[in-house]
Amino acid sequence: MSEITSRGYANPDVLVSTDWVAQHLNDPDVRIVESNEDPLLYPSGHIPGAVQVDWTTDLNDPLRRDYLDRAGFEALMSRIGVTNETTVVFYGDKNNWWATYAMWVFQLFGHDRVKIMDGGRLKWEQEDRPFTRDVPHYPPATYHAPERDDHAIRAFRDQVLKHIEGGRPLVDVRSPDEYTGKKLHMEGYPQEGALRGGHIPGAKNVPWARAVNTTDGTFKTADELRAIYEQEQGLKPDDDIIAYCRIGERSSHTWFVLKYLLGYPNVRNYDGSWTEWGNSVGVPIEK
Amino acid sequence: MIPEKLTEILDDFSNISDRNERVEYLIEIADRFPAVKVPPEVATRPYDEARRVPACESDAFVWAVEQPDDTLKFYFDVLNPQGLSAMAMSVILDETCSGQPLEQVAAIPTEIVLQIFGREISMGKGQGLMGIVSLVQHEARKRLSGA
Repeated sequence: MSEITSRGYANPDVLVSTDWVAQHLNDPDVRIVESNEDPLLYPSGHIPGAVQVDWTTDLNDPLRRDYLDRAGFEALMSRIGVTNETTVVFYGDKNNWWATYAMWVFQLFGHDRVKIMDGGRLKWEQEDRPFTRDVPHYPPATYHAPERDDHAIRAFRDQVLKHIEGGRPLVDVRSPDEYTGKKLHMEGYPQEGALRGGHIPGAKNVPWARAVNTTDGTFKTADELRAIYEQEQGLKPDDDIIAYCRIGERSSHTWFVLKYLLGYPNVRNYDGSWTEWGNSVGVPIEK
Repeated sequence: MIPEKLTEILDDFSNISDRNERVEYLIEIADRFPAVKVPPEVATRPYDEARRVPACESDAFVWAVEQPDDTLKFYFDVLNPQGLSAMAMSVILDETCSGQPLEQVAAIPTEIVLQIFGREISMGKGQGLMGIVSLVQHEARKRLSGA
């Protein structure tokens, strides 16, 4: 039994170790994808053969606040040499925060051959594994994507309103200061992109990074995760859950943890998050 | 009016249209971070939380030490070893604002972050970097007001 399998996850195959990645660097059926919060990291050095998927320039619609469409996704996959049969392994900085975000967007197009490298960039670096500044170029691939399907894993503002009316659970994964609205009132600092501070009524505050071990960025065991989300916060595996943060990036990390590591079937990410809710007229807010 | 050295570096960035060139330039700048890192005689860990940049996900800290000529010398730390952008921002602020007239440092707009890193920077990242600028600006304003 591998170390990851021994942690008791519902879907252990969705995580791979740094050893696994090292053994698959030249595997034509695997594409390693780095996705970071810090735009300088990939160019400063990355896993040999890894391509970059940038959240801002690759995954967002350039005009509207939305994600890329089917044609855009097919073009992205072609550019990074990914076919419908390719297994995509994401990794990145900040405990794989942006890696899970990229994975979430890939899931909107149903690309389910996806994995996360446990520990992300931090663990690869700690193990003194190689980095290169050489940017690989793969032959353009042919990729057939379905239309983007938002309904299963993405939540919109009106759905969130109904969700709270129904008394169903939300997880606010921001820091306690953001949750209470304290940061918005610090004089002299840039605003958090919202006119109002606080949180969506009834939301539980579980900062996203509690799901990882700070020493090496690996995910906590299933028992440790259940202790946080179930014993401490009272979530149940069959709950209909919506996670949110500021723009949906940190909450995609919690979405990944709940959906894949704990195997909850109904978890959605509200990517409008606080930048939409805290700017919306008339929606309820709690402090 | 902002410090002349800052105007010069903003001019440099305004002449860069290629994203890769901008990134390479910023990585070179971030490499100079050890020179601006807070020395033990100014602060040692665990740092005073009042020095922390609130919106910065890279755990950046800023200190300002008064100089005999009534200017400030700025020091920084970035606890996230992968926080290259925060390191580059710190280097730029030290190299352009330390030893400069306080009125000019107090006048630095946080929007310089977009001029330096480009408008495509993510909102969260941009706000964290603006937080570093805000703290530098805040230190200068504090001295000017006699607080």
